[in-house]
Formats: sequence, C-alpha cells, structure tokens
Amino acid sequence: MKRSVGRAVMAASLGLALAGAMAACADSDDKASKDPSGNGAKVDCGPYQKYGDLKGKSISVYTTFVDTEGASYEASFKDFTECTGAEIKYEGSKSLTADVLGRIEAGAIADVVAFPQPGLLRQAIATGKVLEAPADVATNVDKYWTQSWRDYGSVDGKLYAAPLGASVKSLVWYSPTAFASAGYQVPETWDDLLKLTATITSDGLAKPWCAGIADGEATGWVATDWVEDMVLRAAGPEAYDQWVEHTIAFNDPKIVDSLKEMSKVLRDDKNVNAGIGDIQSIAATTWMDAGTPILDGQCYLHRQASFYGGNFTDAGAKVAEDGDVWAFYLPSSDPSSKPILGGGDFVAAFADRPEVVAFQTYLSSPEWANAKAKATEGGGWTTANNGLDKANLKSAVDQLAYGLLADPSAEFRFDGSDLMPAVVGSDAFWKEMTAYFAENKAEQAVADAIEAAWPKD
Amino acid sequence: MNGSVTTAQRGGQKKSAPGRTERAARAKRRLTSPWASAIAITIGLLWSVPTFGLLVTSFRGSTKDISSTGWWEAFKFSNWDDFSLEHYQTVLSGAGTSNLADYFINSVVMTLPAVIIPIFLALLAAYAFAWIPFRGSNILFVGIFALQVVPIQVAMVPLLTQYVKLGLNASFWVLWLSHAMFGLPLAIFLLHNFMKDIPRSLVEAARVDGAGHVTIFFRVILPLMVPAIASFGIFQFLWVWNDLLVALAFGGNTPDLAPITARLSDMAGSLGNRWHLLSAGAFVSMIVPVAVFLGLQRYFVRGLLAGSVKG
Repeated sequence: MKRSVGRAVMAASLGLALAGAMAACADSDDKASKDPSGNGAKVDCGPYQKYGDLKGKSISVYTTFVDTEGASYEASFKDFTECTGAEIKYEGSKSLTADVLGRIEAGAIADVVAFPQPGLLRQAIATGKVLEAPADVATNVDKYWTQSWRDYGSVDGKLYAAPLGASVKSLVWYSPTAFASAGYQVPETWDDLLKLTATITSDGLAKPWCAGIADGEATGWVATDWVEDMVLRAAGPEAYDQWVEHTIAFNDPKIVDSLKEMSKVLRDDKNVNAGIGDIQSIAATTWMDAGTPILDGQCYLHRQASFYGGNFTDAGAKVAEDGDVWAFYLPSSDPSSKPILGGGDFVAAFADRPEVVAFQTYLSSPEWANAKAKATEGGGWTTANNGLDKANLKSAVDQLAYGLLADPSAEFRFDGSDLMPAVVGSDAFWKEMTAYFAENKAEQAVADAIEAAWPKD
Repeated sequence: MNGSVTTAQRGGQKKSAPGRTERAARAKRRLTSPWASAIAITIGLLWSVPTFGLLVTSFRGSTKDISSTGWWEAFKFSNWDDFSLEHYQTVLSGAGTSNLADYFINSVVMTLPAVIIPIFLALLAAYAFAWIPFRGSNILFVGIFALQVVPIQVAMVPLLTQYVKLGLNASFWVLWLSHAMFGLPLAIFLLHNFMKDIPRSLVEAARVDGAGHVTIFFRVILPLMVPAIASFGIFQFLWVWNDLLVALAFGGNTPDLAPITARLSDMAGSLGNRWHLLSAGAFVSMIVPVAVFLGLQRYFVRGLLAGSVKG
C-alpha cells in the first residue's frame, strides 16, 4: 500500500517537473520571439476611429487556421485591439467543418465564424442562426469585391457573409532555370501547353508532369481541382456553373470530354509521373510530395494552388520569377478568356452586438486585408479584396495570385467540389477520381458513377 | 501488500487449496515453455518496431530524407550527422502566443478530476449495487451496463445544448463532467464485479462487529479495492489524456482549455505541411502516459481480470 502511494506521488511529481521544465524552456523562447512582426512603430489609429471605443468588450472568432497560420490571424487583429480596446478571442480548429453545425445547433457558436466552403455556409444559413450582414459590411463587399464573390456569400440575393481570404488554384509550377536551359517558353494557350508537353517528352530529358492526389481520408481532392480547371477550359464557365448546380448531369458529354482532355496529360505513360513512378503512383503520392521533383530537375510541370508555394519554401527553394521555382497561369484554349479556379473563406456572424458588427466591418475593410498581408510572415495568404496594396504581400507567388484575382478580365469560379453536396463533392467525386488513376477507370464510367451518387430530391 | 491477503482469503472461500495450486502449476508449466517465451518475445519485438522507427524519425533532421527514405537509413554511417534535436526544439517552443507547456498543464488539469470524479461516484454506486439490496437493482444495473453501448458522438450535441443552458460552456467543468459521464458505465460495471467477489463472510463479520455501511465501505471494502481502482484509473487516465474529440467538441481549441492532443493535431499546420514535427510531438505527449502505466502496471493485469474470472 505505502509503496504504491509513493509511486503515485513520484509519477505525479515527475509530471509536474516535466511541465515546469517545459514552461521554463518555452518562456525563454517567448522572450526571444516576442513581437514576431518586429514593428514597434506606433499604430495609426485614424482608420479605426469609426469603430468607436470598444474597451472591455470581447469578440470570439472561430476559423480553420491553426499553428503559424492561426498566429498570423491573431497578429492581424492586433491593431484593431490596440485602437478600439476590444479583445479578440481566437479559436482555430481543423475540425471546424465537422463540428460547426453541431455547435450552431447547441448555441455554443462563436460570434464570428470563417467558413472555408460556401456549401457549408449555405447549410449554416439554412439553420436560420446566421445573421444578415450589416449595411457597412455590404457596402464594403460591393466596393472591394467582384459580384461573383458577393454571390458566394449570399442566399436569395441577401448577403450573409463577406469574403475573407482567397487562393488561386489555376497555377502550374515550373522551374524557370530548367525552362531557360532547355529553351522552353511559358505557354499562352492550352494547345501550347499540350505542345510543350510533347516537346519535353520527345527531348527525353525527363517526363514532363508530376502529380499526386493522396491526402489521407481526403484523397482525391487534388484531382477534383484538375477536373474543375479542365471543365472551365474545355466546356467554359457557363457550363461549369450548370455542372456545379447540377442543371446539367455529371455525366453530360461536355464533362466527359473535359475528363478526356485531362487524360491527354495525366493518363499518358509518356507524361507522368515524373520523378515518382507510373500513372498509378499518382493515386498513392501525397500532394505535399508531388511537386518537389521539380526542384531536382526530374519534373517540369506541376499543377497546384498558390498555397503550395510554402511547401517549396520549406524545402529550401526560392520561389520567384528568377528563382528556383515559379508558377504560370494554367492557360485556357482561347487567350481572350481567363477562367480562374480558386477557393476562399467567408465570414458570417451569429451575434449583432455593436462590437461584433464593428469587427465584422473591419474584416471586410482594406485596413484588415493589409494588416493580414503584413502579418503573414512566410506568405501563403491572399485575398480578392481589391483595396489591398499588393506590395504588402510578403511572397512573390501571393502577389502573382493577387494579380490574377484582381484582373478584371478574369472570370473567377469557386472550387466546385466545395459547392456540390457533400456526398458528391467530398466523397464520390474524390473516390472516383482516385479510381480514375489507381484502376485506370474509363472517363465515362467515372462520370456515370459520380452522377449516380448525386442526391435525388 | 494486500494482494497476498486477498488470495489467501479467496483460497479459503470456495475452492479447495490443492485444486488451485495444481491448476496454477499446470498453467505455469505451459506458460514458461521456451517456445511460448520465444513467440512472446518475437511478437513483442515486432510490435515495437513501428514505435522504434517513429523514435528514430523524430531525431532525423532533414525533412527531405524523412519523406524519401526509410527510418533505418538513418543508421547508415553517411547519415549520422543528420541526427538532431531540431524537431523537439520546434515542438517544445510552440507557435505564436501559445507554448506547449500551456497545453500540457491543461491536459493535467483536465485529466486528474476526470479520473477522480468517476472513480469516486462509481465506488459508491458499485457498493450500493453489490451490498445494499434494493428493489429494481438488477434492472438498474443492466441499464447502466447497457449505457456503454451508446456512442459518444450521439450524445455530443444534446449535451452541449444542456451545458450552454446551464452556463457551464467553455470551462473545465464541461470537460470534467463529460469525461466522468462517458467513463461511469464502465467504472461502475468493473468496480461492481470486483466488489462482488469480496467474500460475503468478511462483510458479515464486520456487520456483526457493529460496523455500518460507511465503516464497512472505508475500513473493509476500500483497502481491498485498490487493484481495481488502480486499473480503472489507468484506463480512464489513458483515455482522457489521449482524448481529442471530447476536448474539441466541448472545450474548443483555445489555449485556455485545449489539451496537448489538440496542440499535437495542430502542429502539422493547417495544410499538414509540417508533418515532420509529429513524430517528435508524439513522443513528448507520450511521456506522461508511459510513466503512469509503468508506475501502475502491476495492478493493471490483476485489475483487467476483475469481474471476468471468478476465483
């Protein structure tokens, strides 16, 4: 008896000692890295005066951004807190998409929630708990965003959620040095891109394309982005909208043709999978690892979103037009049309206290967009807010993405799988695209299977 | 130690002592055969290989090597200078305003009451079920036993709604109560079955000596229950310490409440691009459960058999 008590005490004190050691260790790090932005400069509170004095008030925020991404959001609220006195309680969780509806139902929801998918936002609005966007927010959205962005945050013409961040998915990563030494040009049209692919193949230096769609239980989403980009190019933005809203079937000939166009690149043994393996290996390679063969000169082309830049930076490469790796816009068949596939988040509010309205308005303003750009140390964030000063974005690829988003001739379309019903967009579509690579499933069969999974109502 | 006392008492109770020793001898003979030992050791080694690989990986510095080569490559002489503590440093320093120690303390604060509350309640309930006859006790017991079948996920939204109504939301109370609730059915079942095995004569003797329920509970039952309490304690401790679902659903992922598992799941980044930190993070969070397990393991096997095998 005595001995066991002694052991328990020992175990407990061991635990405490460990916690103490960690605290001590972390404290010393804290001192070193206090104030990560390093700007001790006084904040100009002029633009914040309209929000009034919010001392003693607090606003809770819930997003999907954690770790360093989350920290950059918290840092971006610093000026607001300093000038208005309101405290921002930040919570980031990767399980937001899974638990947000339950929290809304239980009434345990934060004041302000950033939804990563318009489809989920619609489901939340359907609960009746999301408040319509205040007039100031609507004014900001009209002023700083394009109509298509406003539409993604609205239901029946009523604006509920203002856009927050954005990403561009229609990008092809390549190595400028490898292109220069082989004498390749950045293609201007889809046909040029196919010709370039054929040239690289016949030059025999390496296979041209590398790809990977594995991502744990979300395996397949990378391939859905590919399909969406192909539909935008082969069938056009109008057909894309009909496809996403299911006014044309998933196995419509236009969609099947788009899939076949994609097969020309990704289901040809001569083209893939550069530096990794055969066609089947696309299904087994994690998307994080799929683009890195570019850095070893084993791969020439990799289609992936703007946020992939951080991955190259982590691998020690310089991401710039004159650096180790850079990206070009995935061209369309006709250079006059410029469809852009992308993603983004939308901020909805569940409370209408004055401080919440003020904060919501702040998030839709150029002041916040610029503060966020400055607070995002390593890059990897951009927005479609045209009040943003491009120079504030820290990474070159963010600037490239922002340039594409702000281009008035560009037609922005939201990631379609995020807009489709969940049983399709984050289930059947993923699985069938995995089969498309892993089992060499025919285009028509893939489209038929996904169409069969679409909920009947 | 009370273990020997229990055996002696039980030996004298139902079965005759010679039958027991014979059976024990036969079991010993079979279990100590060199073949059985060899198989056990092989299985043990095979079982540990992935964990060992994880340990080696956590000390490998180059992210590129981790993703492209197996952990055994780290032992090649040319790769020796690749070993580093870099990932451990990153893990311990945390990100932004939060550091790992905050989460570690949250885990301790969350776990201790979440282990003590169900043990305390379950002991009282188990005593009532075992030694206080009352109408409907069997039906009630079956009901509690059946509650183990209810999946946690089903209870989450209704529970959260109640917490919000009671104004308990976003405090440690929510976590303590939830873990206590989810742990209670198993705790009552396990402790009751163990308690029932205590010889009736012992309790009756105490009663003859004039002891009431309170005295019997504290002076007779409780000392004999230590192995069962310890074994359920380990169960509950490991479950609560490793829990992520309940903590995120009820407490939320804020530095005030979130346990170390939440930090671990965030560590890889929003897009999973810093996954190389996970192996180091896993070992840091493993230290406490391993220490608890090693400290209390003597009880574990004995307690596991509680209720399943009657002496």
